[in-house]
Parts: sequence; C-alpha cells; structure tokens
Amino acid sequence: MDPFLLEALVNGILLGGVFALPALGLNLVFGVVDVVWLCYAELVMVGMYAVWFLYTQLGWPLWLAFAACLPVVSLLGLLLHLLVVRPLLTAPPINQVLATGGVLFLLQGAMTLIFRTDFRSLGVDMPPMEVGEIFVSGTKLAAFCAALVGAALLWAFLKFTYVGTAIRAIARDREVMPLMGVDPQRIYLIASAVGGALAGLAACLLVVQLDVHPFVGLSFGPITFMICVMGGLGNMLGGFLAAFIMGIIVSVGGFWGTTEFSYVVAFGFFIVTIFARPRGLFAR
Amino acid sequence: MRYAIPLLLALACVPLLSPPDYFLHLGVTVLLTAVAGTGWAMMGRYGLVSFGHGAFLGIGAYTMALLWNMAGLTPWVGIPIAVTVAALAGVLLGYPCFRLKVVGHYFALVTLAAGEIVRILIVALRDHTGGSLGMTPDRVPPEQGLLAMQFDKSGFWWLALLAWAAGLLAWWLLDRSMASKALAAISEDEDAAASIGIRVTREKLRVTLISTALAALAGTLMAQYRMYLNPESLAGLGISLQIVFGAIAGGMYAPLGPTVGAIITIGLEEVLRIAFGTEFTGGAPLIYGILLVLFMIYLPRGIVGIAERKRRSATAPLGLPVAAK
Repeated sequence: MDPFLLEALVNGILLGGVFALPALGLNLVFGVVDVVWLCYAELVMVGMYAVWFLYTQLGWPLWLAFAACLPVVSLLGLLLHLLVVRPLLTAPPINQVLATGGVLFLLQGAMTLIFRTDFRSLGVDMPPMEVGEIFVSGTKLAAFCAALVGAALLWAFLKFTYVGTAIRAIARDREVMPLMGVDPQRIYLIASAVGGALAGLAACLLVVQLDVHPFVGLSFGPITFMICVMGGLGNMLGGFLAAFIMGIIVSVGGFWGTTEFSYVVAFGFFIVTIFARPRGLFAR
Repeated sequence: MRYAIPLLLALACVPLLSPPDYFLHLGVTVLLTAVAGTGWAMMGRYGLVSFGHGAFLGIGAYTMALLWNMAGLTPWVGIPIAVTVAALAGVLLGYPCFRLKVVGHYFALVTLAAGEIVRILIVALRDHTGGSLGMTPDRVPPEQGLLAMQFDKSGFWWLALLAWAAGLLAWWLLDRSMASKALAAISEDEDAAASIGIRVTREKLRVTLISTALAALAGTLMAQYRMYLNPESLAGLGISLQIVFGAIAGGMYAPLGPTVGAIITIGLEEVLRIAFGTEFTGGAPLIYGILLVLFMIYLPRGIVGIAERKRRSATAPLGLPVAAK
C-alpha cells in the first residue's frame, strides 16, 4: 500500500477520534433533552480560549489549564440549559434550535469583543513519530488517545452509575420515567453538564491542533452536526462510528484532492446518506 | 393591500428628494435583506426551516458575476439566468428531501450541509471565483453603466424596491391560493394532508422554488450593488442564520414581518457601529444573539406577529389564523 495513502488513512482515524467527542456530547444532549445545541462548536471555542488564556496569559501549567477548561465549559452547558433551553422545553423544536443559534452569535460576539479576531496559537507541539513507513503527528496521536479515554469514561458513566442508568432510561422513554420517580429536570441538568464537559474535553484536544479565533467553531461545527445526523440523532454508538467514517473521508479525500474538495465530498456523502437512510446510517 | 400601491409610489419618489447617499445606502441594504428574509419565511412559516438559504444567495450572485466577467453577459440577462439556476438547485435539493420525508431537524441539517457545500465550492474554485478573497465584477465606463447595471444608489433603490414588491406580491398571491391552505395542512400533519389528496411533494417543491428564487434575486442584487462578492457574506452558515434571524425577529407569519426584521437587524448594526465604532467589534452579533434568544422565548411570532394578534383579537376573534403554531 502507498505509504502516503496509509498515512492519510491513519490521520483520518486520528481525526475521527477528535470529531467523536463533540458528536458524543451533542448526541447525549439531544437524546436526553431532545434539543439540538446549534452552538455546540462555539462552546468548544470558548473552551479553547479558556485554555489559551490560562496557559499563555496567566502562565498556568498546561495540565492545570486543561483541568480548568472542563468545569468552565460544563458550567456553560448548565447555564445554556437553565437560561435558554429550559424556558423552551415545550416550544416547537425549531424555536429551540433557533434560540441556541442565538447563543452561537452571542458567544462569537462575546469572544470577538474580549479577544478580538486575531488567531491565537498555544505554541505547543509534540515531535512526529515514525511508525513503520509513515510519520504520525505526536499531538494528533495524544489527542486521539485522550478522546478514546473520554469516550470510554462516558460509556462507563452511562453504563455503571445510577445516574447514568437514569439518563439512558429517560432517553428511551421520557413519559414513563417520571412515573418511576426520576426527576427529568435533574437528569436534563446532569446531561447538559456532561455534554458541556465533553465540549471542554474536545476544546483541550483541538486547541493544540488549531489556532483559536472567534469563528473557529464554523470550521468544525457543521461537520459535527452531520456526523450526529449520519449516526442517527441521539444514537451515541452511531455517532461515534460516523465520526471515524467522516474523519477518513476528509483525510483520504484531501490526499487525492484539495482540503476543500475533501469537505465537499464529505458533505455530499452526508446528503446522500440521509436520502438513503433518513434516520441515520445505524438506525435500527 | 389597499395601501400597497400608494406606499410603493411614495417609496419610489424618495430618490427624487435627493436624500443623503447614506440614507439611500441603508434603504437599499434593508430592502434587499428584506427580500431574502421574505423568501426564507415563505418556507419557514410552513415548517420548512432551512439553514442553508445563504447558498441560494451565493449561487445566484456568483452565477451572475461569472457570466458577466467571463462571458460579458449583462446582469439584465444574467440575473434571470442566475435566479433560474439557483431555483433549480433548490428544487434539486428539495425533491429528494420531500420525497423521502426528510423533515424537521433532519431537513434543517441537510440544508445546512448544502449551504456549507456551496460556500466551500466557492472557496475551492478560487481560480474563477477568487476564493475567500472574493471577486469584483468588471467595471465599465459610466456611459455604458445602464447596460451593465452599474449605476448610482438611486438606480439600485428602484431595483431593490421592485424586487421587494415582487416578494410581497408573491406572498400575497400565495396567501390567496389553495396552495397556502395545502401547505398549512402539510405543516400540521403531513400524512393526514396526503390522505385528503394534497400532493405533498409538489406543494413543497412549489414553495421552495419561489423561496429560493427570491433569495437568489436578493443575492444577485446585493452583489451587483456592492460590486463585491465573497463566500462568507453570500453563502454558508453565518449568513443563513442572519437571514433566519431577521425573518424571525420581524415575524415570519406576516407579510411585512421579514421587512421589519431587516430594519431591526440593519438598524441595530448601524447604531452599534456609529455609537461604538470599531472599538465594539463583536457587539452586534452579541446583541443579535441575546435578542434572538429573547425573541424565541417571549415573542416567537415576532414583532409584527404580536401587533397583528392584538389587532385581530380587538376586532374579530374568528379562530386561529392560518398556520398558527
């Protein structure tokens, strides 16, 4: 096999790992609260700014900046739920989506106001590693591993804790669960906080690979939504797998053509998928 | 409707009073934004919420500009062609969506993907479109300006007014037709509508055709007026959401709603720009965002929607207006 193609393939899988986290977070929130957070990529963007600010401006060690980023974005997720989503729980879905679209503008505007539109870079990089015939970026590999650990932790949380069971139950049937003594409002809050924390983790992994600017969310936000829809909105495993499919398409498409071309192929693939399987690739 | 003709005539006379250029500029921008918003609301009010309407502005504008720069075809001919191309693109995307019952969230996200595809294609074809740097239509000497649709602000005032009137006329005609009732029924319950003989796909396609054509018309005129095109302001998620915001803030269930929305959005932007200058970059989207959230929570029918409901309940409370939700 052509080593460059192999390298593109490996990079695609690594990229898929990074796409997987926001896709999991979005799916969790959608599955439980039944609302699409259109501003999800902007939550990630705020997290990226938090890490950049703490690390380069306040001089915190990187691990501490990462550790602080998670609760910050998690809190943002909570606020988003309390202030925007909760008053709209009974509104038509499209009003909910548009309100979170408003938060998208709000966060972009706020970050522009505070940090201007300059591109900010963390300036950390790990040396590339040579594996067999190919080179793998150390930063991307580390991000990939962290993403897998994050996904595994989420899985364990949903599978083995009492709250996790309640979350899965309410995603299955939101009418019956309140009768079993589960307070849906509390579960919504927890799901929003966990969804925010996942955005925070994604921010940590992205900030080492991308420069931060107020519109950085637009560069990976749309593809995250497409991954979720491809996997089936609310279907966590489907979204996780779809992230890798999209990662490979983008990376291998970039190997044969330009980066833009690869995104056109990926988005085109998404549209065709929706026509073929309107409820997602992995719908039962 | 009674006031429509006098109002249009009055607005048409505005440039004759030789108002300041700045006023005309605002007017043209508001009118063209209103056309795009009116186009979007034609679908939006029947539950066909598109997050990709920016794509049709872009397809229209770039088709027109490329025809002019590469083939020397005047925008007078280029705009009808560009609008047709964009409307065809809308139908091409809409047909499988409607046929395969891609609705709600899924429809919104498919249109979002389509809008992004158009934006990325414009960037990728940078040899012809100038990519992210944008492109400018070739200029002609002033004496040929009329033929090339390159004239001063009052000329564009009349063109924009014409486009705006066309949008409102389309809205009025649609409202009076059976198609509007059919679409209202579809947005309530698609299967029930189909069971009483409404051709769901056909009705949706027809309104998509009108809606995308209006968006494309707005896009072409915006590009020709500014004499500058770039992918961020004519395609992609950002501009698509701005169109949606304008229509929602004004009220998407009333014919003048998107126009009021355009006045609010453009006015807000200008007030913030004048009040704070460049010190406050980012202030406009920040305030937009807060307003959009507040509108969704407290005034989901928009400003005109609230005004209309008050009037309706004061005179004759004859049940719910069509497509009330």
